Amino acid sequence: MGATHHAREATDENLAVVDEIAAEYAGRPGSLIPILQRVQARVGYLPADVMERIAERAGVPASQVFGVASFYSQFRLKPAGKHVARVCHGTACHVQGAPALTDALCAELGVEDGETTPDGEFTVESVACVGCCSLAPVMMIEDDTFGRLTPDEARRIVRKYGK
Amino acid sequence: MAETGTLAQVTVGLSSCGIAAGAADVMSAFESEIAARNLDVRLRRTGCVGMCYSEPIVDVDLPGEGRQTYGGITAEQVGRIVEEHLVGGTPVEEWLVRAEDRELPDEAYYSRQVRLVLRNAGTIDPESIDEYIEAGGYAALEKALTSMTPNDVIAVMKESGLRGRGGAGFPTGVKWDLAKKSPGEKKYVIVNADEGDPGAFMDRSILEGDPHSVLEGLAIAGFAIGADEGYFYVRAEYPLAVKRLEIAIADARERGFIGDGLFGTDFSFDVHVKEGAGAFVCGEETALMASIEGRRGMPRIRPPYPAVEGLWRKPSNINNVETYANVPWIIANGPEAYAAYGTETSKGTKVFALAGKIARGGLVEVPMGIGLREVIDEVGGGVPGDHEFKAVQLGGPSGGCIPREHFDIAVDYESLVKTGAIMGSGGMVVMDDTTCMVDIARFFLNFTQDESCGKCTFCRVGTKRMLEVLERICEGEGREGDIELLEELGDKIVSSSLCGLGQSAPNPVLTTLRYFRDEYEAHINEKRCPAHACKPLLTYTIDPEACTGCTLCDKVCPVGAVSGERKGIHTIDQELCTKCDACRAACKFDAVIVE
Repeated sequence: MGATHHAREATDENLAVVDEIAAEYAGRPGSLIPILQRVQARVGYLPADVMERIAERAGVPASQVFGVASFYSQFRLKPAGKHVARVCHGTACHVQGAPALTDALCAELGVEDGETTPDGEFTVESVACVGCCSLAPVMMIEDDTFGRLTPDEARRIVRKYGK
Repeated sequence: MAETGTLAQVTVGLSSCGIAAGAADVMSAFESEIAARNLDVRLRRTGCVGMCYSEPIVDVDLPGEGRQTYGGITAEQVGRIVEEHLVGGTPVEEWLVRAEDRELPDEAYYSRQVRLVLRNAGTIDPESIDEYIEAGGYAALEKALTSMTPNDVIAVMKESGLRGRGGAGFPTGVKWDLAKKSPGEKKYVIVNADEGDPGAFMDRSILEGDPHSVLEGLAIAGFAIGADEGYFYVRAEYPLAVKRLEIAIADARERGFIGDGLFGTDFSFDVHVKEGAGAFVCGEETALMASIEGRRGMPRIRPPYPAVEGLWRKPSNINNVETYANVPWIIANGPEAYAAYGTETSKGTKVFALAGKIARGGLVEVPMGIGLREVIDEVGGGVPGDHEFKAVQLGGPSGGCIPREHFDIAVDYESLVKTGAIMGSGGMVVMDDTTCMVDIARFFLNFTQDESCGKCTFCRVGTKRMLEVLERICEGEGREGDIELLEELGDKIVSSSLCGLGQSAPNPVLTTLRYFRDEYEAHINEKRCPAHACKPLLTYTIDPEACTGCTLCDKVCPVGAVSGERKGIHTIDQELCTKCDACRAACKFDAVIVE
């Protein structure tokens, strides 16, 4: 399992979150994905110990939990930054300059695409289409969507969040 | 329909695109202006009207005056609209994009459209079941349940000629019939709202703008095939669609449109919403069902088809959002009315998402069989600026690029397939002379190889190998024989993959090779990107004749590659330059040359 030292930090609090959420789905088949989604929403990502606890509570092998968590791009096995800048790389955004946005943000924050800044403030991610194609190129930070961006504007927006 | 008559009404379009463009601020500005002036005005929200290029959009209806539509409105402009239009009674003419009583330029966007699926989009409040009912909602469900048999409903669907709008185009009535005839007490109906094609946002807009229409269509399908339970499988990236859908389901349950013994019959129907977790392959029906069951979304061999063995191994029917949204209209208006639109084999209408290098990007619904040129040029307003239309990409990663020479074809299932493209789910991304077709092929392959679930070797490994070849071509390292290698890999992936993802993954490469082979050859043989898009093949220099030494390029360069004194000629250090294009975009004197 690709668990690194910082991805194995099950606290009692996190395990309690698992117990609480898993209890709600007890006896309902097909609940593994919603359980993972809700646990991640509370914990921020899916540490190895948390996945093991989910396996125990949901009554499935840990390999299956890890298999599902690593299959879907929504699930994080490593902690994300306080802010997550998701640059849309759908077709429309691509032809309207999404690669330049990613380059600008990575240069601004000093990270590679998909990485988190050492201070834990920002994660830069490329995502598949967010469905706002007519406002391309688009970036989302948390639930806010910014459209018709230039690399310069993207940089300025990120700076604002950093404050 | 929303009540009109005596009260002035202001409607703000609050869909994801509208909100991204600032519509929520516009809404609050209206709230405070109206409150501050103590005006008797009805302020409402609606979904996406389709004019995404004009967001945020505001409609003002004065009693007896007809609807006037403002486009591109900011919160700062709200004061003047309230003052002059709502209070003074005179519209702010220069901000209007559309008016019911006279023809404004954007009328062209609407005049070719036939809005059956989008019948309520942009007019009703998607969070109000009352407005849906006022617009005729749930009458079709009542009609089906109280005056038709399941076989009647299936016969109507067959007669309407509706074909699946998710891309494959399988006749909907036939699909329902198969699920109905499958033996079994327990059956399921499923909405595929895992709209994953980059460049497609039809389903998001329908769910955000008119969620009840899909729910009603699903309930009718449940009645027809004998399913008492339905699932919506929605992309996780669509939080607003999920929220509005959940509101719609709760309201419908409260009013007795969902639940036990509907309309006094013995038909009961319940629904669940499942959020996807970010896997493109889950748009494939067997993968989607695996995902609902909580497993990795990997396709399996068909047959058995879902109609025989689907969710939890029970007979199941899966259609996409747009297909279901058509159903209430067809039941209410009759199959003949629907089949009156379209061509011999492609009936009705199709919703397209226009995006890319197009003047009026947004959501349009046109009759099947309309000319591709009409959609792009007349409805969409063509390519903006001085650029030339090069191609339109249809069908996302499974589709292909249609070049200028096929611009006059009709938009129907059969005609599109002849070009090597497909109808797909309805994304149309327009490309101009600044778009490199090799880069586009690489873009799609990068997407599909990333999204391949890994089950079939040719899809898993073959797409990776194709991507590597495309990458080296774009980086100026292309070799003789690369084109032939791409064709060979493409053919083998098509024939050796289990599901639609693999079978269609090479399409973007194969169609660009078919129509834009010269661009591939220019990259490989001359190390040149004709569209000036592939960075490693470009050089940025400053024309000493044109440079005025304004220092702007130096200021915008993120890597410090530009140097030069104020009022002196600037130069670019080729070692440092990342070809980010910032200097060229900033230069006011066209002094930055790209070759």
